[in-house]
Amino acid sequence: MASRVVSSWGNVIHAPHALYDLRARDDRFPQVAAPSKVLPFGNGRSYGDSCLNVGGALLQTRALDRFIAFDRDTGVLACEAGVLLADILRLVVPQGWFLAAVPGTCYVTVGGAIANDVHGKNHHRAGTFGGHIRRLELLRSNDERLVCSPTENPQWFAATVGGLGLTGVITWAELQLRPIPGPHVSVETIRFANLDEFFALAGEAESSAEYTVAWIDCLGRGKHLGRGLLQLAEHVPGGAAGPGGAADSGVAAGPVAAPGKMSIPLPLPLSLVNALSLRIFNTLYYRRQLAARKRITQNFQQFFFPLDGIAHWNRLYGPRGFYQYQCVVPTPTAPDATAKLLETIARSGLGSFLAVLKRFGSVSSPGMLSFPREGVTLALDFPNKGARVERLFESLDQIVGAAGGTLYPAKDGRMPGALFRSGYPRWQEFSQYIDPACSSSFWRRVLEQA
Amino acid sequence: MRKILIVGATSAIAEAAARIFAERGDALYLVARNEERLAAVAADLSVRGSPRVGCDVLDANDLAGHESMLARAEVFLGGCDVALIAHGTLSDQKACEASVELTLQEINTNALSAVALLTRIANILERRRSGTIAVISSVAGDRGRGSNYVYGSAKALVTAFLSGLRQRLGKSGVNVVTIKPGFVDTPMTAAFAKGPLWASPERVASGIARAIDRQYGTVYLPAFWRPIMLIIRAIPESVFLRLSL
Repeated sequence: MASRVVSSWGNVIHAPHALYDLRARDDRFPQVAAPSKVLPFGNGRSYGDSCLNVGGALLQTRALDRFIAFDRDTGVLACEAGVLLADILRLVVPQGWFLAAVPGTCYVTVGGAIANDVHGKNHHRAGTFGGHIRRLELLRSNDERLVCSPTENPQWFAATVGGLGLTGVITWAELQLRPIPGPHVSVETIRFANLDEFFALAGEAESSAEYTVAWIDCLGRGKHLGRGLLQLAEHVPGGAAGPGGAADSGVAAGPVAAPGKMSIPLPLPLSLVNALSLRIFNTLYYRRQLAARKRITQNFQQFFFPLDGIAHWNRLYGPRGFYQYQCVVPTPTAPDATAKLLETIARSGLGSFLAVLKRFGSVSSPGMLSFPREGVTLALDFPNKGARVERLFESLDQIVGAAGGTLYPAKDGRMPGALFRSGYPRWQEFSQYIDPACSSSFWRRVLEQA
Repeated sequence: MRKILIVGATSAIAEAAARIFAERGDALYLVARNEERLAAVAADLSVRGSPRVGCDVLDANDLAGHESMLARAEVFLGGCDVALIAHGTLSDQKACEASVELTLQEINTNALSAVALLTRIANILERRRSGTIAVISSVAGDRGRGSNYVYGSAKALVTAFLSGLRQRLGKSGVNVVTIKPGFVDTPMTAAFAKGPLWASPERVASGIARAIDRQYGTVYLPAFWRPIMLIIRAIPESVFLRLSL
């Protein structure tokens, strides 16, 4: 057991943790001296405090990085929980398979993707990551091992998917992959001038395309409010890989690039994200495309994981780090609430590079605490400017709460307890499944706070 | 497809190297002590692309078991292009100082068991006049240090043994690679505080694969250890005595 300072992706909290490891899937649950509690820790890509356990211990799972079996006829893959989604894609894309749902980075572990029930740009078709888990093994602190699936120990399955690592540690999982014709995606980008245009386009986009996502200029106000670019994408044949083995169409080669061709090599002494850099970036990004509609073919990483091309991009925000605010509001209140959120953000001038807007579909999420639900989700990064940004968050919370929405624990480091509890009405039912040895900074915060 | 024997196959460095071999489509014969762990590693390597993976549960200190293990490997692989010897334990120096038994046990595990294996493997490959023997020694074997000399002296024996073996087998077209990793972030070193000199098993493993491919003799991994160890070896004994290393 060692002790080290650990921070999450947002770099706001840096705190020492006692560290334990699982090195093999048959390892016992480590004995952590009470009253200290432990939290499973994958690749640390959660933004706030849901992957931290300040004052306690972390149980690192990255060494559980072995594949167990892969059936290339049915696309069923079993692997240990510390395997990265990047590792899976590197293995399966050349064989014509893809993960059924991928988040915006492939540097998360399978265990972390399950514990946060992550979603992707195809949520309106495929639902969440957890919906494609056939089985998983949950190791409890009393060394009991529960194999869970939608039909076997279904309550434990529903608690563990989206369960933020609190029900015990996931040691392995079996995933259902989906076939693809090759490593490339065809991406159509449509410019829209305001939020009304976005909502008018979104429905049609979702019925025609598997993947849809919009980027918003978070500084646009008045008649430009909510202007941005909507992307629609499909897997397409071509490229070196894929079961058809078609000839390379000349797009970037290789199924998965090495992590970070570019890198922010060292922690920066100050944040490069400020009012000036923001205005320049947002304007250029919106103007990068002159045509109203444009279609290109990209390697899948460029479309799904654009930020993975810059290792340690979180360091751009300097030593104080940043927050991400990701909310969901239900469909009926969405147009109005989204407009209010964007207005409030634009007025504050505090927003950041990547404001992402997406409509979640009606596929229900498998976890008691899953974030995705039918409605509209908006995600935005904010440099940590202390009280100033917290005041903005409080006004955003009010809009989200009034619209019947909630925030995403994987991204959160500050939401009020009341907003969590109203947004996750099954939290008390979930509490019964928490392992007595497990806890997290996030969980203590949302239960103890008003 | 090459045929590769790996002894100590569940060690972090060996496992990372085996993944590189598996992705290239090599056939593998894996030897390790822990049966369950070995089975997990073997399944992983099959998924990653190795067409054939064999397992053999053996403690390298069981010298009497070496000959039959090598025979089984020979039958399974139908020959042997590369033998990677990677087993070992990181000795607890303080505990060794208080125990003759423990000290000799560490020397057995880290040096004598390798010498026994290498003697047999060398003869097999010499007869066949082809192949590569790659052995994980350590920078610790370059000079004995007060904090780590039991492990270091065992590795020094291995390094010197390999140097001679390389000279002998070179005449038969068999290459011998001495691999000298520096600090590697593995379960063996989990309890240490990590600094900038630490490398991942994956980085060391890709250096091993390269050294085997290009038929290098001695490699330091990562390469920056070569100048560091050159300096450490060059420090006069009178000065070295006063350093705490």
